[in-house]
Amino acid sequence: MRSLFQLYLQQSKTTFASMFQYRAALLIWMIGQVLEPLIFLIVWSTVSNGNGGSVGTYTTGAFVSYFLILMLVNQFTYTWLMWDYEWRIREGILSFALLKPVHPIHSFVADNIMSKAIQLPVLTVIAVALAFAFHASLAVTPWVVLLFIPALVLAFGVRFLLEWTLAQAAFWTTRVSSINQLYFLLLLLLSGQIAPLSLLPHSVQIAAKILPLYWTVGFPTELLLGKLTLSVAVFGIGVQIAWLIITLFLARLVWKFGTRAYSAVGQ
Amino acid sequence: MFVVFRNSGAIIHIQGLSKTYMVNQQEAGTSATVQGIFHRKKIEVHAVDDISFNMASGEIVGFLGPNGAGKTTTLKMLSGLLYPTKGTATVLGHIPWRREKSFPRQITLVMGQRNQLIWDIPPIHSFELNRVIYRIPRDDYQRILKELTELLELGPLLTKPVRNLSLGERMKCEIAAALLHRPQVVFLDEPTIGLDVTMQRRIRAFIAEYNKRFDATVLMTSHYMADVEALCKRVVVIHHGHLLFDGELALLLQKFTSHKTIVIQLGECQVDLNTYGEVLSCEDGRYTLRVPKAETARITERLLADLPVVDLLVEDPPIEEVIDRAFAEWNK
Repeated sequence: MRSLFQLYLQQSKTTFASMFQYRAALLIWMIGQVLEPLIFLIVWSTVSNGNGGSVGTYTTGAFVSYFLILMLVNQFTYTWLMWDYEWRIREGILSFALLKPVHPIHSFVADNIMSKAIQLPVLTVIAVALAFAFHASLAVTPWVVLLFIPALVLAFGVRFLLEWTLAQAAFWTTRVSSINQLYFLLLLLLSGQIAPLSLLPHSVQIAAKILPLYWTVGFPTELLLGKLTLSVAVFGIGVQIAWLIITLFLARLVWKFGTRAYSAVGQ
Repeated sequence: MFVVFRNSGAIIHIQGLSKTYMVNQQEAGTSATVQGIFHRKKIEVHAVDDISFNMASGEIVGFLGPNGAGKTTTLKMLSGLLYPTKGTATVLGHIPWRREKSFPRQITLVMGQRNQLIWDIPPIHSFELNRVIYRIPRDDYQRILKELTELLELGPLLTKPVRNLSLGERMKCEIAAALLHRPQVVFLDEPTIGLDVTMQRRIRAFIAEYNKRFDATVLMTSHYMADVEALCKRVVVIHHGHLLFDGELALLLQKFTSHKTIVIQLGECQVDLNTYGEVLSCEDGRYTLRVPKAETARITERLLADLPVVDLLVEDPPIEEVIDRAFAEWNK
């Protein structure tokens, strides 16, 4: 356990050093992270204002809060595993990770945590500034905050394991960009990044709740926004736990067969 | 189903190891491309075909063969990256592709054309990461790093971003990163590829020193015969996946050296020496003749008796030539 902690610590230091090698790129990346939800925020606020101050159950202020919370939740849970994996397998770099005595997933997790530890504080400050600028309305109760924290951690766990599992497609086919594109399009729609789920057609809402994507971004966002009742929130956390177990099982299974396939073909 | 067995004494034991890949095949032309969308023709490629050999502790063996002979595939199987199609192997008593936890701590694989160092930051960060991954105690790590820094002259390189290092500098750091955990078995795949002569010599000296100091077992591939000549008493030759030769380098050279080179110094280049052998060149009266090996003594005697020879030298042909000749003969 201690050696695993040291590994996480060392990998974090390495990520820290790597990230600051390209400061301009880091800054542009963060601007991109802000820009996407900001565009949706402006679009929906305009629609809301044009609609008499609300759309569905969302007031203009609630839209602002929704997209700013979503920005932070998305930042907390997103991974770049799928792109990274494709590159590592195509370049044969993954072979070195497979030759090491620790599972490569630990390096990916530590890398992910560190980069977020660097970016999240900056994005939080930006989110607060935007909340004032666009007149966000948010009233949180203690039980919401209490449930939001595990929901956020579970959302990260599910999304990481899901994307880790999908990234393993690169073991079978080295060009997985098309799979990645398809996934990110679905994520955009079904996780609530385009619009709150309740504003989408009923069939999309059902699909989103059956699939894991909503539970990785939309659910914790709506929870903190106070859009869910206590029972719905608790049920949602239960669904997240179920998805965590399923994705963990899938991740292990696909890893087992994926490394076998990789070992059969080699790079 | 692989047969598991142990071989006492041998650090590496390979028995009937084979690896077959299924590879897509496509003819040239648009119609073939269109056909390929619906139906892909697959062919079997026997990268490694039923090879067997052993290696004892502390041995350095040169693993030779032309491109595509199956050398890298074999090294990948021995380091646990690839499952064989048939046969078995043990390295330090482990079946490599089972990837038992203690196995990676005892071996390393260096691939000259791939890099494991993190590209954007100085190598010292990758070294530190390896220290933690291989659980090297800090004192040992400091000592080993100091030794490696001295042997490979890494000093100023440790703090420069990897992307700013030259190929040779990067290779030295790659080797150091791969050896920090003091592996007993070292697989080297073209460790000197693309390096200048000085750097090749330095890497060679380092490998020899590492082998001597730690009694490490080294299996290396190289296209530079100078590497093989300097380091490997024994060579294993593989071609089209088949093992063709396993023995002393001297024996291989003897077997495939059908000619010798006689260099004689005469006064001028106007004498016709074609009756003695094939004249390869003449410069300032210095003739280079190619003669059949069995005839060398007799022709030397004749040259000395017939001509005013100032100096005479009998040489073996360059090792590259011999190996080329061996592959050419095996190709037949």
